[in-house]
Amino acid sequence: MLITQLKSKDAIAPLVKGKTIIINCHGCKEVYFPEHEAIEMQNELSSNGNVSAVITRDYICNPDNLSLQLKKYLDKIKEADTVLVFSCGVGVQTVAKYLEDIEVYSACDTYPLPGFQGVTPLEFDCGQCGECYLNYTGGVCPITACSKSLINGQCGGSKNGKCEVDKDMDCGWERIYIKLEKLKKLDTLKYPTKIRNYGNPYVE
Amino acid sequence: MKITELFQRGEFPITAEVGPPKGFHIEHLMDEVNTYLKDNVTAVNVTDNQSSVMRLGSLATCKAFKDEGLTPIFQLTCRDRNRIALQSDILSAALFGIENLLLLTGDHTTLGDNPQSKPVFDLDSVSLIHMVKTLEQGFDLAGNPLDGEPPKFAKGAVVSACSDSVDVQLAKMEAKVKAGAEYFQTQAVYEPEKFMRFMEKAKQFGVPVMLGIVIPKNAGMARFMNDNVAGITVPQDMIDELKKDKEKTKAGITGVEISARIIRECKEYCQGVHIMALGWESKVPDILKLAQI
Ligand code: SF4
Ligand code: SF4
Repeated sequence: MLITQLKSKDAIAPLVKGKTIIINCHGCKEVYFPEHEAIEMQNELSSNGNVSAVITRDYICNPDNLSLQLKKYLDKIKEADTVLVFSCGVGVQTVAKYLEDIEVYSACDTYPLPGFQGVTPLEFDCGQCGECYLNYTGGVCPITACSKSLINGQCGGSKNGKCEVDKDMDCGWERIYIKLEKLKKLDTLKYPTKIRNYGNPYVE
Repeated sequence: MKITELFQRGEFPITAEVGPPKGFHIEHLMDEVNTYLKDNVTAVNVTDNQSSVMRLGSLATCKAFKDEGLTPIFQLTCRDRNRIALQSDILSAALFGIENLLLLTGDHTTLGDNPQSKPVFDLDSVSLIHMVKTLEQGFDLAGNPLDGEPPKFAKGAVVSACSDSVDVQLAKMEAKVKAGAEYFQTQAVYEPEKFMRFMEKAKQFGVPVMLGIVIPKNAGMARFMNDNVAGITVPQDMIDELKKDKEKTKAGITGVEISARIIRECKEYCQGVHIMALGWESKVPDILKLAQI
């Protein structure tokens, strides 16, 4: 999942130059969108009279859908100097490609949000590594539960069971060890040295 | 000279760790090393941007030490380089005649002085050891052959002997031995009994272990390590000892006494000593004399 956050007012305000169209995307469950903050920010931006339309749609990341949704605004958009998009990075890119002759800017920063629809966000995450290690690690993901995504065991940084990067975070390798110990399966850890394959074209 | 040859001959090597400066002027460091370490230790271990603080490179410093007639140990971490750069640096080390390596995962970037940087960790300590072993067999990690005679090193690794999760550390140590680690140095030891218990378990792996010593400079440093440094617990009576005679501690005498005492108590259980002086290189000769090694 993704989370979009508004850029600061100082970063956005200078982008509103000349006639400006604002496009919001509210449409998808993959993205957490800060609706209320966005409306507040857009009201402030409109106060100088530059904003000629605020368009709120869904799934603007789909090019066909986007062209349908923008059809009735096209005249207004053609007159605009700037289009400011409040959406995830994919939405902004789709709009920029579609409105090739107009300056299109992003008002948001996009971050990954741990978890997927239907699971508790933040507790479990899958980094989509393309070579799942869970069968070796007692069902604890070494890619996302360890700050360095180590796959051959604990680093020297764990203190009192916590990770060197964040004292509030349990060390993932400590969790792996405890789980395997409980299952009397510690021998599982005696696998030959593992090396990640970033050459896999499907892995980020 | 490879440090592993000394272990094989039954000798008891002593190494000291130094950190390169934040800048490229190494005259001061070279003076310290020549004055206090050259005649007293077997090899000088050079840190690789220790604690993720950006400094002069370990490889360049090792080369400068080599030119000065010292035996350097090249520390290499996985934090800042992907496998192409790591393999390339290993070949560069071979060109410079550097024969000893210490292979580590490295601290996370967020702990250092450039916390915005990208943490790499393409490999980790275990796969880094495996990588060097593969190069020694004449191939790179992807299986492509090297030109000419492959390099050969003494491959060292670290283990946290007094960690609160020592069994997790032992599992990792075993993985490192299997990957090709030939000697170990430990994180700082302040609890000889814990170290001895660790060695009871570690001796099954049949690799030499060097006792790690960090000279305790004062009570504040001890408390800081207790709160912040993984795998280190300075016992309260040692903190009291550092507090007792402030002048003596300030002069470094208490730290020297404690370090020498730990070495004396542990030396039957280990195969060498590694001193991390953290700027107190001048105290190393006194420690060794007092420890009678
Ligand atoms: S190891 Fe972790 S990141 Fe990789 S596929 Fe399994 S759950 Fe996902
Ligand atoms: S302390 Fe544990 S979770 Fe944190 S980087 Fe090291 S092994 Fe991973």
